[in-house]
Amino acid sequence: MTEPLLRVDGLKTHFLTRAGTVKAVDGVDLRLDRGEILGLVGESGSGKSVTGQSILGLVDPPGRVVGGRVLFRGEDLVGAGEKRLRAIRGRRIAMIFQDPMMTLNPVLSIGTQMVEAVQAHETVSRAEAWERSRRALARVGIASPDERLASYPHQFSGGMRQRVAIAIALLHSPDLIIADEPTTALDVTIQAQILFEVQKLCRETGTALIWVTHDLAVVSALADRVAVMYAGRVVETGTVAEIIGNPRHPYTRGLLESVPSRNRRGVPLRSIPGMTPSVLDLPEGCAFRPRCDRSTGACTAMPELMGDREDRAWRCWNPVGAEARGDAA
Amino acid sequence: MLVFILRRLAQSAVVVMAMSVLVFAGIFAIGNPIDVLISPEADEFERAAAIARLGLDKPMHEQFIRFVDSALGGDLGTSFVHGVPALGLVLQRFPATLELALCAMLVAVVLGIPLGLWAGLKPDSLAGRVIMTGSILGFSLPTFWVGMMLIMAFAVTLGWLPAGGRGETASLFGVPWSFLTADGLTHLILPAVNLALFKLSLVIRLARAGTREVALQDYVKFARAKGLAPSRVVGVHILKNIMIPVVTVLGLELGSVIAFSVVTESVFAWPGMGKLLIDSILQLDRPVVIAYLLVTVLLFVVINLIVDLVYSLLDPRIRLGGGRA
Repeated sequence: MTEPLLRVDGLKTHFLTRAGTVKAVDGVDLRLDRGEILGLVGESGSGKSVTGQSILGLVDPPGRVVGGRVLFRGEDLVGAGEKRLRAIRGRRIAMIFQDPMMTLNPVLSIGTQMVEAVQAHETVSRAEAWERSRRALARVGIASPDERLASYPHQFSGGMRQRVAIAIALLHSPDLIIADEPTTALDVTIQAQILFEVQKLCRETGTALIWVTHDLAVVSALADRVAVMYAGRVVETGTVAEIIGNPRHPYTRGLLESVPSRNRRGVPLRSIPGMTPSVLDLPEGCAFRPRCDRSTGACTAMPELMGDREDRAWRCWNPVGAEARGDAA
Repeated sequence: MLVFILRRLAQSAVVVMAMSVLVFAGIFAIGNPIDVLISPEADEFERAAAIARLGLDKPMHEQFIRFVDSALGGDLGTSFVHGVPALGLVLQRFPATLELALCAMLVAVVLGIPLGLWAGLKPDSLAGRVIMTGSILGFSLPTFWVGMMLIMAFAVTLGWLPAGGRGETASLFGVPWSFLTADGLTHLILPAVNLALFKLSLVIRLARAGTREVALQDYVKFARAKGLAPSRVVGVHILKNIMIPVVTVLGLELGSVIAFSVVTESVFAWPGMGKLLIDSILQLDRPVVIAYLLVTVLLFVVINLIVDLVYSLLDPRIRLGGGRA
């Protein structure tokens, strides 16, 4: 197998707080090929956002990457210096954040914020940086970009702001965009537009995408592959078809069952009993054990990722559907 | 913009009017200046003549009308004590106070903002803690005591700097300024530092609180995610956001520094307005007190106007005039 664009091995990001060590990300493995779209799915607090930020070394103190490797084009970003990371941020790997109301600086014009992003990585004149910004805005479907560049964020709607953020992310045609729930704060119709455009732009430019979300419906429409996170670990990974059609981890199945669907009209929606455990006080072994209807004595030991291929695996002693196949671990 | 300024000027006129009534009534209640002004040996006749000369025999409202009438003509009365126009007396002292206040503010801003930024960015570092502890001292030590300690240390013991007065002055726009001569500057340092100490602590705390809040915002992380250098993230993205509260408070504080630098001026024998005010109140020199207060009110009005204008430059969300967005 060729070397993937991004390979995350055993990534651990811990927050050293007064209440104790919060293991927000505790051994995450991911891999992503060029141009591939990965959906990183999980509930609030599962560590999916922190994973995204850890890749670029953007976790705020008291958070710290304490272990693992982030191999981007063969280079380990965990040990990389701030200067090296800065050269990668925005140029090779770009990020889009969840709340478009908060990602643009309210006191700087859109033009200023785009021009500085261009000039951070290339020594070009202001006029040329402005021209590139103009084209980038036009590409994400913003009309009269010249006028828009002179505007300030508060003069834009949420959807427009997210388009601006996407335009900024695309400025340097990065190899990878990490999108942290970029459509969660938007109206459903705007959400669909943004999804469509991001997908189109990534296909056009060959940019790989990590789409962090709690919404399986979004992922199934957008992604090639999915990694499901629970309590700081990846509990299942596979292609979209495999995850949606044949979930093996009970948590993935629970997530799927709690998505409203047109096919099960009138049937009461299932929900996963209990709630996400506090990351300060995780149960021993499999963190999903207290909420799981398939748990057995074996579950007090943490299961390793198991499965047919590296990119089709689950972290469960009693996977869904094991009885029928007789391949229980 | 023009509408905004005109409206603000109209508001200011109302404020000045209200102030003059309050001041006049207040000073009337303090006491009759005539006992202080004439010598105890004066007889009844001399006393009555003095009262009539100063217009103190008229009822209060008549005195007030006469005062407003001449004030509109730019005449705020003649000092009872010095026998010269009160406004001129105040304005003559004004440059000294303005100079002192501006230097103090400059010290507070130039030192306070970087220190506050540093303390905000690295709240747990040793430097951050030292800065914050120092700012508590700056807040809590009384100005007059710090002033005397500064004199003790730098003027008496070390002999580096003079203890009081303005020193040599040079003329600019027909007004004498100390900061234009080397000797004047050395005279300016101690009182300016003394006056700046409290404001410096205030700026540090404001800047630190702002930085801690702004540094956690998504737009700062987004700026970092764009690959910007730390100097640009801190110097533009963070700084411009924390300047909004700092400018507001500093504007108000500049007014109060100018108006109430009384203590520092007394300790360092700085011949400014504050010293004049204290003397005038003690001598019940009504015209001077009123002239001083009116000048101060005007000053506050002008400073607030400037603050609002600067504000709109810093924060595009604020549109002056309230018209179109």
